[in-house]
Amino acid sequence: MAALNSIDCGTPKRESDTQITLEIDGRSITVPEGTSVMRAALESGISVPKLCASDNLEPYGSCRVCLVEIEGRKGYPASCTTEVAEGMQVRTTSDKLGQIRRGVVELYLSDHAGTSRVAGEQDQAGDDELLALAHDLGVTENRYGKSGSNHQNATIDASNPYFDFDATRCIVCSRCVRACDEVQGTFALTVDGRGFASMISAGTDSNDFLSSECVSCGACVQACPTEALIEKNVAAQGLPDRVEKTTCAYCGVGCSFNAELKGDQVVRMVPATEGKANHGHSCVKGRFAWGYTHHPDRITSPMIRERITDAWREVSWDEAIGFAAGRINEIRETHGRGALGAITSSRCSNEETYLVQKMARAVFGTNNVDTCARVCHSPTGYGMSSTFGTSAGTQDFDSVEHCDVMLVIGSNPTDAHPVFASQMKRRLRAGARLIVADPRAIDLVRSAHVEADYHLQLKPGTNVALINAIAYTILEEGLENRTFVEERCDIEEYEGWREFILRDENSPEATEQYTGVPAASVREAARLYATGGNAGIYYGLGVTEHSQGSTMVMGMANLCMATGNIGRSGVGLNPMRGQNNVQGSCDMGSFPHEFPGYRHVSIDSVRDIYENEWNVKLDVEPGLRIPNMIDAATEGTFKALYIQGEDILQSDPNIKHIAAGLEAMECVIVQDIFLNETASYAHVFLPGSTFLEKDGTFTNAERRINRVRKIQTAPAGYADWEITQLLAQALGYPMNYAHASEIMDEIARTTPTFAGVSFDKIDALGSVQWPCNEEHPEGTPVMHVDTFVRGKGKFMLTPFVPTDERANRRFPLLLTTGRILSQYNVGAQTRRTANGQWHGEDLLEIHPSDAEVRGVKDGTLVAIASRMGETTLRAQISERMTPGVVYTTFHFPETAANVVTTEFSDWATECPEYKVTAVEVTPSHTMSDWQKRYIATRERQQRIGDAGPAPVRSSETVAAGFDGGDK
Amino acid sequence: MDSQKMVHQANQIAAYFEVYPQQRAEEEVETHIRKFWEPRIRTQLINYPGDGLHPLVQKAVAALKNDTGQSA
Repeated sequence: MAALNSIDCGTPKRESDTQITLEIDGRSITVPEGTSVMRAALESGISVPKLCASDNLEPYGSCRVCLVEIEGRKGYPASCTTEVAEGMQVRTTSDKLGQIRRGVVELYLSDHAGTSRVAGEQDQAGDDELLALAHDLGVTENRYGKSGSNHQNATIDASNPYFDFDATRCIVCSRCVRACDEVQGTFALTVDGRGFASMISAGTDSNDFLSSECVSCGACVQACPTEALIEKNVAAQGLPDRVEKTTCAYCGVGCSFNAELKGDQVVRMVPATEGKANHGHSCVKGRFAWGYTHHPDRITSPMIRERITDAWREVSWDEAIGFAAGRINEIRETHGRGALGAITSSRCSNEETYLVQKMARAVFGTNNVDTCARVCHSPTGYGMSSTFGTSAGTQDFDSVEHCDVMLVIGSNPTDAHPVFASQMKRRLRAGARLIVADPRAIDLVRSAHVEADYHLQLKPGTNVALINAIAYTILEEGLENRTFVEERCDIEEYEGWREFILRDENSPEATEQYTGVPAASVREAARLYATGGNAGIYYGLGVTEHSQGSTMVMGMANLCMATGNIGRSGVGLNPMRGQNNVQGSCDMGSFPHEFPGYRHVSIDSVRDIYENEWNVKLDVEPGLRIPNMIDAATEGTFKALYIQGEDILQSDPNIKHIAAGLEAMECVIVQDIFLNETASYAHVFLPGSTFLEKDGTFTNAERRINRVRKIQTAPAGYADWEITQLLAQALGYPMNYAHASEIMDEIARTTPTFAGVSFDKIDALGSVQWPCNEEHPEGTPVMHVDTFVRGKGKFMLTPFVPTDERANRRFPLLLTTGRILSQYNVGAQTRRTANGQWHGEDLLEIHPSDAEVRGVKDGTLVAIASRMGETTLRAQISERMTPGVVYTTFHFPETAANVVTTEFSDWATECPEYKVTAVEVTPSHTMSDWQKRYIATRERQQRIGDAGPAPVRSSETVAAGFDGGDK
Repeated sequence: MDSQKMVHQANQIAAYFEVYPQQRAEEEVETHIRKFWEPRIRTQLINYPGDGLHPLVQKAVAALKNDTGQSA
């Protein structure tokens, strides 16, 4: 495809200490040794035609249009596969070269549809580089005609919801196959057949993309030089004519995208080559699943109601904001400021998040503010702050290129962080070793050309026992880096830790009874981590969402310090952040005990900064966490909650309790793009904006602050930060930002780690990683290089205290939850796209032996019950699971997986223990009564307008569809 | 907060810190509760009449009572 503003240098950049000087078309050019002639020319602005070459793929030399002449060499070598040599003299144009190229293009066109299939481009080259090249070379006739054998009767494979494969336009250059292999690492595509019969194949019996192993990342579509692979949108709507750069709003990788627009409408999202997190790659969500931004379910008008049982009433912004402010004032007068609180959003921008916590602290007058990190990475905050001194991943993503041993714990990157997973897989194919610790056999354990050296398939809830056993092995066998420890760490704490770890109870042999992992495997994996070169730890919510989440984070941090695997590229401790801006929301002071930059509210000097800036007196005490707010609400001391872009009813554990808490409040304000599940219990709905509808910044998992740019206007007119500002003004607080950049300026003024950050700087550098200040004016890719943020690294003790959630006779299985590639968290966005074609409902993965003894068959309904509640979903029998452990996702409100999860939580942060719930599974034939009641409540409490039609869906119709297999 | 849940959470904190020497464990449990628990919940803990509190939590409660006395 012909992306706008994209310069493709044909072959990958090479690095070398040796520089080579050559002459191309009479110009002297110097490039690193190993560079191709093609790249040397294109980098210097000398054009060379190409079809099979792309600078994100190794040179292939098949299309024969990039031929050049080289002084002293015979024939016409392909410039993509010919490396530069000292003194080489190259000609890129000559009559003979023109003749050869025209001949090749003519041959290609003899088996090509000949015209573009893009709307409005039938007489132009459209998105087809071959047609454009034919035009450039003046190929207007075809001497071969179409009477001979050809592929022009091939049918279009339209199975993928986002792109088509049209073999009549395919020149079998293998760019798509190579992109799938080299860029994405899925190896789904191949060239089937030989000679004339050669065809691109998705490798399945039906040979269609949708049913193949294709993960719809879009790399093949991006690579295709013709319109054989093309976005359906582009074919139907026409070519885009302008570009805006922005950042994806899905996971914590934070991919940079070029939003390509035709007029005011986004036609396609193309991953930006210069994006420092994604280097031109993408996944099915960011690349294709953005149609939710103009979904008819978008709420376009503010709404209010007296009681949650009333229908919603559409009102003006003035009325809605006035109503909300009135209720907040009343509640504050009657119940005090402690009855008010706010939840910031990890999907909104840094500026918006900062403003919501400012609203809580400065306007409401309370530290009752929290964010969804409470339920995901709050233990990362506690654990990394305790050991290293700050709460953030220690590395940039590119660090993995220098990693020799990856230890992946409780993280499923191919599903949850797919673009970074591709980078990991590239490094693994190049020889890095891999240890996976996970109860499930995730894709990384064994997939195309990637196989873990060790899969430590531990029982849920035993992470700490495992990490202690790894540490024990390292210390017992003398594999620690004593020099590093003595130079960089608090030696007294180290000695205490050493004494603790070397207790018999922590040996691999002793912990095997808890973890289920053979001691020998633990020892071998520990030796590999400690001695295999640069070792990096990558972890996710499989670490944090446990009763011992914080202990485990500290256990991993200890391991990094003990082996000296911290403070340089290729090593470190890397939390894989779930949401686009969960790092940012934590950075921006979303926790009830700390201000932006992780500074406790009790520190006088920090409060002084904000009291001066905000001109108010601030509370010295920590506020309520989300679960505390819900508890306080049921007890009657918490009455009003302003929620920006979070759906706690679906995402938080123990739904029944959340619902009871929300129901007890007198003013729930939901600000979101859709009427989410939580909105069933709201009194005010403020329609917000998507990432395409505002300016701001997101901070990804590597602390990279990326710009989000306004491309279109929100249907209800306001960016989320503007709505917060309206509410603050209505409450009598002067808040008058004219642009999001002014909010960032305030953040920089008040937060030392952001002191050097501004929109201008981000625009100039493309992105910047915090800390960014006088010491690091262009940001910090790797942290803790010479010293830890806290000074000396602090070893923390990590006792294994098993969770109180245990499998028993009544609930003999352990449930663990997670997410899947095509859907995203509560699914509000992805469920409103065609991604449902891959995953249209939550499934319960269960091991064949567990299924057999329960009479559970693949694809049938099962009831899953815990001591908290019961729900029904479809079973998927899977050997990924270990016996005794079942797994599901939480993307669909009809399933409501969180009705079964418990109130148990991390000891330090109250992060819920989603990963361990004792359950029983039984065959079922219908939705649970609770599910039916839940749906009935939702349909009743989400109706808009009294005179409007009755709810379209009743619990009976939804249940009937669910039972019958509807998606 | 439900009393049983509060006791469970407080005891979890103690169960973590009890691996440290007694004096440090006592200080850490108190500091943790003081630093992260909202005053309403601290008050609930201080006024909790029932049994079942880990000895380290009991120590923390005594220290928190003194704190509250001083700051009141």
